[in-house]
Amino acid sequence: MIIDHPLLGPRDSSEFTYLGDARLIDRPDPDGQDAAAAFYDYAYLRDNPAGWHRELWFHEAGDRSWLVVTRNTLTHEISKVELASDVARVQGRSK
Amino acid sequence: MRYSGFRVIKEALTGHKGWKPAWREPEPASYYDIVIVGGGGHGLATAHYLAKEFGQARVAVIEKGWIGGGNVGRNTTIIRSNYLLDGNEPFYEFSLKLWEGLEQDLNYNAMVSQRGILNLIHSDGQRDAFIRRGNGMILNGADAELMTTEAIKKKYPFLNTDDARFPIKGGLAQHRGGTVRHDAVAWGYARSADSRGVDIIQNCEVTGFRIENGVCKGVETSRGFIGAGKVGCAVAGSSGRLLGLANMRLPIESHVLQAFVSEGLKPVLPGVITFGAGHFYCSQSDKGGLVFGGDIDGYNSYAQRGNLPVVEDVCEGAMAIFPMLGRARLLRMWGGVMDMSMDGSPIIDRTHIDGLYFNGGWCYGGFKATPASGFAFAHLLARDEPHPTATAYRLDRFEKGYMIDEKGVGNQPNLH
Amino acid sequence: MSQKNRIEGGQINRDVSLNFTFDGRRYSGHAGDTLASALLANGVRLMGRSFKYHRPRGPMTAGSEEPNALVQLRSGALQEPNTRATTAELFDGLSATSQNRLGTLSFDLLAVNDRLSNFLTAGFYYKTFMWPKAFWEKLYEPVIRRAAGLGSLSLEDDPDVYDKGFLHCDLLVIGAGPAGLMAALTAARSGADVILADEDFAMGGRLNSETLSVGDVSGVDWAAGTVAELAAMPNVRLMPRTTVIGAFDHGIYGAVERVGDHLAVPQAGKPRQILWRIYTKKTVLAAGAIERPIAFANNDRPGVMTASALRSYANRFGVAVDRRAVIFTNNDDGYRSAEDLHAKGIRVTVVDPRPDVSVLRDYEVLAGAQVVDTMGRLGLTFVKVRLADGSERTIECGALGVSGGWNPNVHLTCHQRGRPRWDDGLAAFVPSDLPTGMHVAGAAAGDLSTAGALAGGQRAAQDALALDGAMPPLPEAEDAPVNITPFWYVKGDGRAWLDQQNDVTVKDVRLSHQEGFRAVEHLKRYTTLGMATDQGKTANMGGLAIMAELAGKAIPEVGTTIFRPPYTPVAIGAFAGRHRGAEFHPKRLTPSHAWAEEQGAVFVEAGNWMRAQYFPRAGEENWLETVNREVLATRNSVGVCDVTTLGKVDVQGADAADFLNMIYCNGFAKLAVGKVRYGLMLREDGIALDDGTAARLAEDHFVVTTTTANALPVYRHMEFVRQCLVPDMDVQLISTTEAWAQYAVAGPNARRVLEKIVDQDISNEAFPFMACGNVTICGGLRARLFRISFSGELAYEIAVPTAYGDALMRRIMEAGAEFEITPYGTEALGVMRIEKGHATGNELNGTTTAANLGMGRMVSTKKDSIGAVLSRREGLNTEDDLRAVGVKPLDPAQRVPAGAHLMAAEGPVDAARDQGYLTSACYSPNLGHHIALAFLKDGANRMGETMRVVSPLTDEVVDVEICSPHFIDPEGERLRA
Repeated sequence: MIIDHPLLGPRDSSEFTYLGDARLIDRPDPDGQDAAAAFYDYAYLRDNPAGWHRELWFHEAGDRSWLVVTRNTLTHEISKVELASDVARVQGRSK
Repeated sequence: MRYSGFRVIKEALTGHKGWKPAWREPEPASYYDIVIVGGGGHGLATAHYLAKEFGQARVAVIEKGWIGGGNVGRNTTIIRSNYLLDGNEPFYEFSLKLWEGLEQDLNYNAMVSQRGILNLIHSDGQRDAFIRRGNGMILNGADAELMTTEAIKKKYPFLNTDDARFPIKGGLAQHRGGTVRHDAVAWGYARSADSRGVDIIQNCEVTGFRIENGVCKGVETSRGFIGAGKVGCAVAGSSGRLLGLANMRLPIESHVLQAFVSEGLKPVLPGVITFGAGHFYCSQSDKGGLVFGGDIDGYNSYAQRGNLPVVEDVCEGAMAIFPMLGRARLLRMWGGVMDMSMDGSPIIDRTHIDGLYFNGGWCYGGFKATPASGFAFAHLLARDEPHPTATAYRLDRFEKGYMIDEKGVGNQPNLH
Repeated sequence: MSQKNRIEGGQINRDVSLNFTFDGRRYSGHAGDTLASALLANGVRLMGRSFKYHRPRGPMTAGSEEPNALVQLRSGALQEPNTRATTAELFDGLSATSQNRLGTLSFDLLAVNDRLSNFLTAGFYYKTFMWPKAFWEKLYEPVIRRAAGLGSLSLEDDPDVYDKGFLHCDLLVIGAGPAGLMAALTAARSGADVILADEDFAMGGRLNSETLSVGDVSGVDWAAGTVAELAAMPNVRLMPRTTVIGAFDHGIYGAVERVGDHLAVPQAGKPRQILWRIYTKKTVLAAGAIERPIAFANNDRPGVMTASALRSYANRFGVAVDRRAVIFTNNDDGYRSAEDLHAKGIRVTVVDPRPDVSVLRDYEVLAGAQVVDTMGRLGLTFVKVRLADGSERTIECGALGVSGGWNPNVHLTCHQRGRPRWDDGLAAFVPSDLPTGMHVAGAAAGDLSTAGALAGGQRAAQDALALDGAMPPLPEAEDAPVNITPFWYVKGDGRAWLDQQNDVTVKDVRLSHQEGFRAVEHLKRYTTLGMATDQGKTANMGGLAIMAELAGKAIPEVGTTIFRPPYTPVAIGAFAGRHRGAEFHPKRLTPSHAWAEEQGAVFVEAGNWMRAQYFPRAGEENWLETVNREVLATRNSVGVCDVTTLGKVDVQGADAADFLNMIYCNGFAKLAVGKVRYGLMLREDGIALDDGTAARLAEDHFVVTTTTANALPVYRHMEFVRQCLVPDMDVQLISTTEAWAQYAVAGPNARRVLEKIVDQDISNEAFPFMACGNVTICGGLRARLFRISFSGELAYEIAVPTAYGDALMRRIMEAGAEFEITPYGTEALGVMRIEKGHATGNELNGTTTAANLGMGRMVSTKKDSIGAVLSRREGLNTEDDLRAVGVKPLDPAQRVPAGAHLMAAEGPVDAARDQGYLTSACYSPNLGHHIALAFLKDGANRMGETMRVVSPLTDEVVDVEICSPHFIDPEGERLRA
């Protein structure tokens, strides 16, 4: 597969390491009321869609960016590649 | 129809006119006591044991396509019970014992061949871990032997011990491990279940569950509604999609695992061998093909096909330990969808919906588990309590913190 | 032996004679021959034996779809089983032997299987060999295994070199027949970067096997001229002898180039084969079509082949398989074969099941007739034909060409799970549902005429590259329509082969249907149809058609099996390339590796690094003696160890401390500048990930160390937290593992050694335990000094830029000479850390919690950190949780083996009574007996308990006492000295 890195252009996927669902950006509030349940859901439960999937890839043999790749798990087609830090900020993560 | 030496000879002499279909092609009834979704190895084994061991006859197995078309139809055919953890070892040892009696149980030759499996050791730390594992196996009633490099070289004289990047420092052998003709497992279970009254319904896709007041009443299918007292799901890589129809999210990701077979070759490999410093395991089928595999591709996929980097990685592993394989040709590569769980171990449990049961998360170790998985799932479905060897395979173990993590890599399915 | 069947014409070079042997007999052929064409020229039709019945086999095709003519090529370590004689290019000195036989090729003892064929039908083995139970492994299976298989491996290491390469192009054209050549030409003239790959050694595809003209020249000359034009263009790469094996994601194609297979030995400096990964923007598949046979009784004798194969041997190779030939065809293309053979002086009779075809030809045509049987033990001698009037006629001939129509070569179009579409006009599957970027042209797309191929090739290139404007006119070429009446098999009682390699007959398909194996995949798996080395390229369609007929369905309703890569089988060596033997994985060497080699170090692998394991000296009898010496010398005076391989991550920024607070379960915010702290990282699931130290060099600057094995995953994890969880923190990370060489100097004299090297004051007052700082050494070289200890001794780790690593090691040895400083390796390091009770990979095995490690209280509840929440789950905090403990034998002479399990002192031994396991064990030269670290249920409350260590695997039982894991200096006085 080829991942079109937003900063570096198209790179072979073998330069990257895969983590999983981009939901992993949405780490729950550890002080929240149902923190234990929220963390269980966050760490273990997956939508695992057959179709479009937003997922985290790390450019390990490259610039060490974490990317959010939108990829179809049925066809492997990639429709969007974003810097994970940009996505994280949009989703409200800061410090 | 019972298979026997007499029958084989009689049919051979009379033009094979008397063979009957191995299973019927029934129309679905409107209600079954138990409906099993998924006509793969685990689903068909469940049906067989439900009928034979638990006296359940009003059982149907419904299959979207053709039976045996999932992972039981494409795997590397290895059976073994060389697990590390107490949550797993008794279950897989139970499975191995069922394999050992399978042909007589089914009256079907699935060619269970206990030619042994050998895990190679390449470092001192690995040896310590394998000794712990081997001891655990023996303590659980399985067999294990720590082999020296010399003994290994005698059995596999063509192993690379000269200029290996990761020298071989011994191996952990399980002589009762081996291989099985994988398709025949599905067919044998199907034939036996069918002969005991189980309806095997092919080309019947589940499109939904009928759930009323938190109770599962049956399944909606492409061939109409089928009512059920209990519904058991055993659909491996499709677990997420199927249980999604019941609005359940699972501790499972679907990944692609590739496997490979070479052209037919005269016998070279006596047993199954596993490279401990790369990703490569290999055996030789009765037809002569080297059947081998390695790691999963590593990304979520339902595509049933993989990519070149893993193919190359596996063949590099092959050449690292068996440099004589250079001129053997890879004939065919294929990819299957694996239900990779969050701790690398399976789930056989009730769900929060009454009457809906789940069997899945087998990662890429489901084939060897087929008999025990079927037996344990049948036990759960028939008696509503887990089989003694499968008590650890609870769905809530992640929430409660009782993971069964053989590899010790945590909640990242692609590392298991 | 003379080439008695060599006729005029063809594209072989008769000026170059090549000598070769087959089964020890000497023959000669010409440059441009394949092994099959040369053997046929010499009158040899028998080249192999079938898989199950060991029936005699000769070539069925003239290409890579060949099921039958498989031989072992070359000998010794170069022996290559299952090589298709139809594609093996002849070279001088080639030697080949036949395979899968017991006895000689013409007298194969295993041919007895053929007599037993009534018993050996599809699936017979599932019904038998079950009695008695033990006989399967002992008797039946070994017999089956010996009889099965095809060729043999040499069992010697493959001596050849394989390479890998990467190519990029605008357009990849697969197949250099008329469509592919025209596509490549059209694209190349537009300026695009073009790769044209063809599996054959001669480009031109079927034009080389035809007598057709293109424009006003012969097809052969047109192809040669076009190839020459392409070869002269700088934007074109021609790749003959290159098979495109698979279509992978995002336009990536795998291809295997056979660089040296046509030579006696590969050229100096060149590999045998190259595996190419070709990154394409677009692709034109012009892989042609494969002629399919018709099944009839005994249709498998040597001499029976596809009609186009007969034509190809005659036209391209100048070989008449026999001077008398019969063509059995259900379509008009069969007549082209007949005409070409006739023109070569071969006496031809056409047998055509269609009753209404014209018989007014230059040769005999039997309309409405069918071939019903053949004769000839080792090769075809007679064909029996049933004529339209029902009478039978026997024709003496040595060559029978069969044409049941053509199957477009859709293989690569289906590699991404696309399914082909049925075309009634062609009675064949044609491409549909293509991989992104792929276009199909010519016969592969179902355009079987030459004119159609040329036009299709041009159009495909135009479409693929979105070329505007008018295209140049195409040369004129044959444009005959395809007339085919589907005809799959001749009814009758005899055995009619579908899969000739695996011996699958029409009867087997019937039996499969009768027994309920009706899905196409069940048919394949039950009968093994299409599972041979040719993957059923010529066989599958017939099987599908018969299954459709039996099921009363149309062929497309039955469907096809799945096409999987590779297109043709590929040497495993080619996939591995140079990654074999010692080059399997890269090796990482530390800066002082050469120094360690000079000291005679024995090295051990650790995370791709080669680390010194121990440093044997003359007179030492075994490694243990060496390690004991290294340990004692360090504990009694001073030792030095290369710890460069530990992972190092530089953490900088205003929020660096907050960041580490998040990464480590214990607190780092309050760590003073100039201090080091031990840190434990958890995964988010609450399990220990890694441990190490973090040194605060400045308010906004930390250096984090990781274990050697986890350097990469820990860095990845830290970047995940930084980029995905706390993107606005002012913190930057960089891995500096390779940037700094680092050495541990340990032992009571450590300070005295380093005082001679470090420029600053490092007295206990100025630089106490857990101090760190930037220093200079040797009069000005910048360095970092950490007062940390893994060994439990007074110890420092000193780091310098990598380039100075070797020099620093030598300087330390010099400075330490007066204290007899001793280099120690990972073994001694391991002993000392076990004596001290420090955890490492064996304890941090991915399933242990901080509590298991005895560090439960380190997990801060005052702050958020990765893993804190989930570490509080019930299952990770049970009453009888495992705890790290020490283990020592009651009898000091006994060994305690790592990997053993802990059991109560008395009672039965089984899994239910398992109390824990030993993680690390060693002989302690300081204590004079073996010691071990272990995880024991409720271990913290069981100090002093007597237990048994059991290791049934190694047949050991040892009585032990549970003790503190801190065997040496539990109060830590040495560290602070």
